[in-house]
Amino acid sequence: MSVTTAPVRTAPEAVSFTAARLPRIAPALVAVVAVAAAALPVLLLGWGPVAWAILSALVFLVALPVWAGVVEGRRGATDRLMTGLVWTACAIAVVPLASLLWTVVDRGLPRISSTFLTFSMYRTSLDQEVGIYHALIGTLLITIGAAVISVPIGIMAAIYLIEYGKGSRLAGWITFLVDVMTGIPSIVAGLFAFSVFILLFGPSYRSGIGGSVALSLLMIPVVVRSTEEMLRLVPADLREASYALGVPKWRTIVKVVLPTALGGIVTGVTLAIARVVGETAPLLLIAGLTTRTNFNLFDGRMTTLPVLIYTQNANPGIAETPGGTPPGVEIAWGAALVLIVIVMLLNLVARVIGRIFAPKTGH
Amino acid sequence: MAKSITVDSLDIYYGDFLAVEGVSMTIKARSVTAFIGPSGCGKSTFLRSLNRMHEVIPGARVEGKVMVDGQSLYDSAVDPVAVRRQIGMVFQRPNPFPTMSIYENVLAGNRLNSKKMKKSEADDVVERSLKGANLWNEVKDRLGKPGMGLSGGQQQRLCIARAIAVEPQVLLMDEPCSALDPISTSAIEDLIHELKTDYTIVIVTHNMQQAARVSDETGFFNLKAAGEPGHLVEFNSTQKMFANPDNEATEAYISGRFG
Amino acid sequence: MATTVVAEDTGRARPRLGDRVFSRLALAAGIAILAALAGVFIFLAIEGVPGLSKPAEFYGSATSFWGYVAPLLFGTVLAAVIALVVAVPLAWGVALVVSHYAPKSIATPIAYVIDLLAAVPSVVFGLWGISVLARELQPAYVWLDENMGWLPFFAGPASGTGRTILTAGLVLAIMILPIITAISREVFAQTPRLHEEAALALGATRWEMIRMAVFPYARSGMVSAVMLGLGRALGETMAVAMVLSPGGGISLNLISSSNPASIASNIAANYKEGTPGKIQVLIATGLVLFLVTFLVNFAARWIVTRSERKLHR
Repeated sequence: MSVTTAPVRTAPEAVSFTAARLPRIAPALVAVVAVAAAALPVLLLGWGPVAWAILSALVFLVALPVWAGVVEGRRGATDRLMTGLVWTACAIAVVPLASLLWTVVDRGLPRISSTFLTFSMYRTSLDQEVGIYHALIGTLLITIGAAVISVPIGIMAAIYLIEYGKGSRLAGWITFLVDVMTGIPSIVAGLFAFSVFILLFGPSYRSGIGGSVALSLLMIPVVVRSTEEMLRLVPADLREASYALGVPKWRTIVKVVLPTALGGIVTGVTLAIARVVGETAPLLLIAGLTTRTNFNLFDGRMTTLPVLIYTQNANPGIAETPGGTPPGVEIAWGAALVLIVIVMLLNLVARVIGRIFAPKTGH
Repeated sequence: MAKSITVDSLDIYYGDFLAVEGVSMTIKARSVTAFIGPSGCGKSTFLRSLNRMHEVIPGARVEGKVMVDGQSLYDSAVDPVAVRRQIGMVFQRPNPFPTMSIYENVLAGNRLNSKKMKKSEADDVVERSLKGANLWNEVKDRLGKPGMGLSGGQQQRLCIARAIAVEPQVLLMDEPCSALDPISTSAIEDLIHELKTDYTIVIVTHNMQQAARVSDETGFFNLKAAGEPGHLVEFNSTQKMFANPDNEATEAYISGRFG
Repeated sequence: MATTVVAEDTGRARPRLGDRVFSRLALAAGIAILAALAGVFIFLAIEGVPGLSKPAEFYGSATSFWGYVAPLLFGTVLAAVIALVVAVPLAWGVALVVSHYAPKSIATPIAYVIDLLAAVPSVVFGLWGISVLARELQPAYVWLDENMGWLPFFAGPASGTGRTILTAGLVLAIMILPIITAISREVFAQTPRLHEEAALALGATRWEMIRMAVFPYARSGMVSAVMLGLGRALGETMAVAMVLSPGGGISLNLISSSNPASIASNIAANYKEGTPGKIQVLIATGLVLFLVTFLVNFAARWIVTRSERKLHR
């Protein structure tokens, strides 16, 4: 086009807002066709429903963009293809969760009974009932121990980062290393606790508190991060209002800032607990394994639910009937169901608390 | 119980940055003193230096003297916390404590400092403060409700009640009406008139009509140029300020010919 | 009424003492975190360094520590890479659905379900991995061996149990999916509305808008999400320990039973019959793992911090 000649003004062309578009029901239509088309080879070759689903998705992902390409052009086709792909990704991501939850409930539920929850695995005679009571107690005590260590440190550290150290170099380093700490492998936390305790008490030392130490290493960064985030959400106005009333800084933090952020902090702590309650590796190393119920965190081995699941599955024993499920595997699934319920409950509680403690607006 | 404040060549710094330079004035007891001036001229910073609230920002410091009834605010022996108990403050945006009820909000200054109080005494303080803030009639039936449930103007009056509940000598107000509608603004202005019989009031405002309506004396702050520190251009009785100011810049600003 | 500002009656020493004690406590907590991190390194070093130079019999079939740890490191990285290859596209897809494609009424439950996935303990993933996923995949491995055997990845012979490095990698993929999704979702959602509207106003389709406005803005967040997922996959212990039946040796063959364990799963599997000397070797491998994950996380955070600074400028 020439740059020098100005375009000659002619009567404006009629502007059209319509372009070739697929009808709105196109995706649904293609989906139906794809499922039907995929059914043909599935029926002929006798494949299962999984293959059917995969094939349908593939046909859909090819057919819709091709149609769109014919009608709407290349850009429309790309858009359709990517839309199809992201939704497929979403569907694929949900499948394992559904399968996992279904399997745990299906295989775990038959094993649950009152004896399962109230008996330990310590037997005085061979035909005695066994249960996971000792592991429930172990999980409870070790997790409480971890929370007692990590919650005060985590909250105080967050207070330092937000209220005192803001902008200082030390605070920058702590924030950065807390982030890095979030990524410490749990087995490394276990090895750390293990090394500390065997250095102090000899190579065969095992106890619940060691597990608590290892877990608190995993919990602290989560508590710090969530508390930090919540403290940051407390408006500076409130702190100033309190200072202007002649309230010292520490009282302002304890009585104004923390209560305002309480809901979020409790939610964060609960989620942190939910995270460590399912930890296995560190406890395998330092808390050890026992069949008896141990109420003393500071003395002797202590079994937790995850460790019990792992060891029962690894050494399942012999099934009563040939070809049946070995008793250890049954126990592992039962314990897995209990563990998942505990974790889900903690998550639920966290959400409910977050909602209850949310600052009141009066509406 | 109200006090006068004498300021003598006060410089306010944020780190190395000089924000306000060389302010001297005397703020009379039991009167309303207004500060006006363009945004960023340091009037709010100056107000905050009167109860050492500017120290909340790290690196803030002052040079010069602020005397309240003959005592220097910036003596090394002075505890800023104690200063703020005597010199209360109301902020631009109403900021009641969201976790507290109306009743608790009024008592916050006492409760947060763990002051022991009988129930009847506390009730008295709440009623007196809310009446003082012209809010009693509107909220007396719902003292247990959250303070955040009130309207903006009511919240601001709740904040004033909270500030006067600790019986300060001086009340500083940092653009208390800028977030409010005209009706709430007029309620607050009426309140300021009533409060001046008991308190020394210093108010920062963007609204020149407001300064003319409520204050006895007015200070005009300005910047010499962008990036330069703010300074006090003129300090005079409000009447004179708005009728016949001494300084040309003041007249230009007040009559709208700014520059 | 107190007339003095230097209020003796309110006791100026007392509030200051409270402030001093409280701020010291907060500082101490912050330093405790630094100390803990340093402690991890120091104690692992104390117990682990002797494990670097033991007599050859401590290292099984290998003759030196590095010969012992190399296959494990390879297994660790291989499983993590498989996990990333599978999880990253899925996670970004899910994140896009939640942030840009689905209406809020669908996006919220999807986000919730993915968060739920993050809450499942790794030991349960392991249990599911052996008893469901490995069993379901075994026929697929046989098929891959027969039809795609010319690829080195599928050289076979196919494992009879399905407990291969590929299965372990897939379980890891499911486990790191929520982490990558959560971070990506957040950065996608933070794309300035104005950029998106500017793209749409130029007549872009939705996908073009995402490519023009969302991805460039979110790039560093997406990278760090992947790195954090990688860090998690490298360190994950139980799922690999339970699913994989290790065979030793370095091999790219993903479907046979000849793959090495990962460092973490090797520790979990062998600590019990360990003599103190053998334990020191395991701790030394743990030290290697710690350093590797530390570097990965360090890099991820550094990328984030750097790009945050760029955005603030």
